[in-house]
Amino acid sequence: MNGGFSSASGGRVCLRMGGEEASVVRLLVGQLLDLIGDAGEPEAFEGMPDLRLSDNTEVPEDPVLARLFPDAYREDQGASAEFRRYTEGSLREGKREAAETVLRTLGEGGKVYLDADQAQAWLKALNDLRLALGTRLDITEETLEQMRTFDWDDPRNAGYAAYDWLTYLQESLVRALW
Amino acid sequence: MSTAPVELDRPDAAEDVRPDRPWVAIVWNDPINLMSYVTYVFQAVFGYSKKKAEKLMLDVHHKGRAVVSSGTREEMERDCEILHSYGLWATVKQDV
Repeated sequence: MNGGFSSASGGRVCLRMGGEEASVVRLLVGQLLDLIGDAGEPEAFEGMPDLRLSDNTEVPEDPVLARLFPDAYREDQGASAEFRRYTEGSLREGKREAAETVLRTLGEGGKVYLDADQAQAWLKALNDLRLALGTRLDITEETLEQMRTFDWDDPRNAGYAAYDWLTYLQESLVRALW
Repeated sequence: MSTAPVELDRPDAAEDVRPDRPWVAIVWNDPINLMSYVTYVFQAVFGYSKKKAEKLMLDVHHKGRAVVSSGTREEMERDCEILHSYGLWATVKQDV
């Protein structure tokens, strides 16, 4: 597939993406937003919680969410829970904002210029997309080897093809930012 | 002024209370994050040179994990939070 990121003047990056590819990105980002969800229903007045505090103190059951919101302590559940309580809300909000920036700047595709902040949002959102899709596809070092010999026209490989393409996109963005 | 007995709380023998043991942030290997991306994040987050960032990235890749920064517990939790925002698999622990 063609397209991808390149450096542009004034610290910007330029993204070229066809309409069909843009619709794939919009679909995946929409699913990611659904999965991430919002910060939860804040209680009104009574108890007045800090909106950035999460009620959730356990690692999510869904493997994708567990990967996006990992434990911060491997051998201390209590410390992990406390860390999660104080950070998960803002982490979730940051991921939402990055995904929404992608949708807003991408539009229908074509040639898009991104400023430095927008490029950072794309970088994080593309990585979240790859983590989500890669976890769903159960990507391992072995899968990556097998992908070299995939028949990309086989529709069963659509998920892997999308993953491979997102990898190419992210790689081109890292190169454009360096 | 308190007139409490002078008997002080003794730390549990198993609990290591040496104050000079720093805390560390560790990044773990995973098959999804790109080597170029991980290097870029180490440079962006910690201001490391490309050479140092690449060495740390290769440590993560080959050894399964690497200590990427050290300091107080609060500083390491902050680093861990930033690394999570970039999607890196980071954890905090007290150095041994």
